[in-house]
Amino acid sequence: MCGIVGLFLKDKSLEPQLGSMLSEMLISLSDRGPDSAGIAIYGAPSGNEAKITIQSAKPERDFRGLDTELAKAIGTPVSIAVKSTHAVVRTTPAKIDEAREAIQALRPDIRIMGAGDVVEIYKEVGLPEAVVDRFDVRSMTGTHGIGHTRMATESAVTTMGAHPFSTGADQCLVHNGSLSNHNNVRRELVREGMKFETENDTEVAAAYLSSQMAHGKNLGEALEGTLSDLDGFFTFVVGTKNGFGVVRDPIACKPAVMAETDQYVAFGSEYRALTKLPGIDNARVWEPEPATVYFWEH
Amino acid sequence: MAATSKATRDQSHARVFDLDVMSLRELNQALHNLTPGSNETAWEVLNPKGNHSVAVGVDQPVTIDVRGSVGYYCGGMNDGATITVHGSAGPGVGENMMSGSIIIKGDASQYAGATGKGGLLVIEGNASSRCGISMKGIDIVVRGNIGHMSAFMAQSGNLVVLGDAGDALGDSIYEARLFVRGKVDSLGADCIAKEMRPEHLELLQGLLDRAGVTGIKPTEFKRYGSARTLYNFNIDNADAY
Repeated sequence: MCGIVGLFLKDKSLEPQLGSMLSEMLISLSDRGPDSAGIAIYGAPSGNEAKITIQSAKPERDFRGLDTELAKAIGTPVSIAVKSTHAVVRTTPAKIDEAREAIQALRPDIRIMGAGDVVEIYKEVGLPEAVVDRFDVRSMTGTHGIGHTRMATESAVTTMGAHPFSTGADQCLVHNGSLSNHNNVRRELVREGMKFETENDTEVAAAYLSSQMAHGKNLGEALEGTLSDLDGFFTFVVGTKNGFGVVRDPIACKPAVMAETDQYVAFGSEYRALTKLPGIDNARVWEPEPATVYFWEH
Repeated sequence: MAATSKATRDQSHARVFDLDVMSLRELNQALHNLTPGSNETAWEVLNPKGNHSVAVGVDQPVTIDVRGSVGYYCGGMNDGATITVHGSAGPGVGENMMSGSIIIKGDASQYAGATGKGGLLVIEGNASSRCGISMKGIDIVVRGNIGHMSAFMAQSGNLVVLGDAGDALGDSIYEARLFVRGKVDSLGADCIAKEMRPEHLELLQGLLDRAGVTGIKPTEFKRYGSARTLYNFNIDNADAY
């Protein structure tokens, strides 16, 4: 089944509440997926640093001393903020790829959740409320974010099998549905040089979009491509550094509802997810059309 | 019963259930506890907030006003109640309705009225995909548009659409009658446009009257139904299997 949510703020005064608004939206859909949950939050750009969100099953062992060792390895100062099983590594944008490789070399058990100038990604096995509490998502500020609560169908219930999936800088995707041609598409993307962490179908959709955007397409054009190149059931909600997009497959049996006001654009698998948003009673509420791309950019 | 003692009454003597205060289970249990001849004929539900299964399985002729939008399966299996949703409805509204009526003031999501056996479902806004899928006797009137694959395998009953219909209308349809006033994106397998005869105009006028639609004439609609070519196996297709 799965539940997905997304929130794209137009009104800057709501930014301090992004984490709490998105958390409430996701928690309201807990019974759509009890296996695992995840949230990606796009914070304010700082200009002189980029972030890598990392995860470890043994955070005390893996995160201890990593900042010093990493700084030495890449020759640039590094800071690490630990949140439970996750940590956000900050360093200069120019060094971000180098830092990513150095982390993998220094701590082979650490998994990279995502990287970019603004995105932070937190996901774990468990109910949305537990995941939100564990990473203190409610206190996070930002411009937009997406979230997912998972009922697994295609691959194992693990941290890495949870959504959002991130396969490019500041790009991530959540998915309700299942893809049937993901093995073929994965093979084609691997030949192109994309790297995959899991056997999961959703990761292929994320990588497909990253690949399209790396070839110069904008978010809307990349989403348009999913309609011809991906086969299966899907409602996707996608975040980029400054954008937010939604697309449903032509059959559109996976539910979706959207709301827009002067203050925000919101997505939920169900209307329940939207009921606590400010001004929802007067919002424009609609069901996104099948095979139709919707996207917004700041 | 806790439900009875906690429910309040407004000035019109409707029993009011506030779902911010009471559970959905309490509401539905109280509705299921109704017996024939009960004086509690008017009910009001506050703060539905997208909850699933609001007022399912009611089998007494009461009126239920739901003040807000509901989630999945509102009014499912309804047998005699008049349910009005003053908001929009999620997937499967009125699924398997037996009799009575359901009025949605806003929009309805997927498969509204699916498998409905009787009664009247009125959607004052738009309905999305698969409206009236496998309907078997229900009457559905949609003032706006309907989405793709509506009336798929529809067996009997009437689907009236004042706006447009999406792709594959009436795919593999049996004997349901479809009346569409606007354009149809495409017809599904074995669904064809049919002649509007006097008995159809009369039937349609009756459906519009029951749905409270005024100012619209039956002659503005086209009728669609089964070409009946899928009813029997065509031996010329044997090689396809």
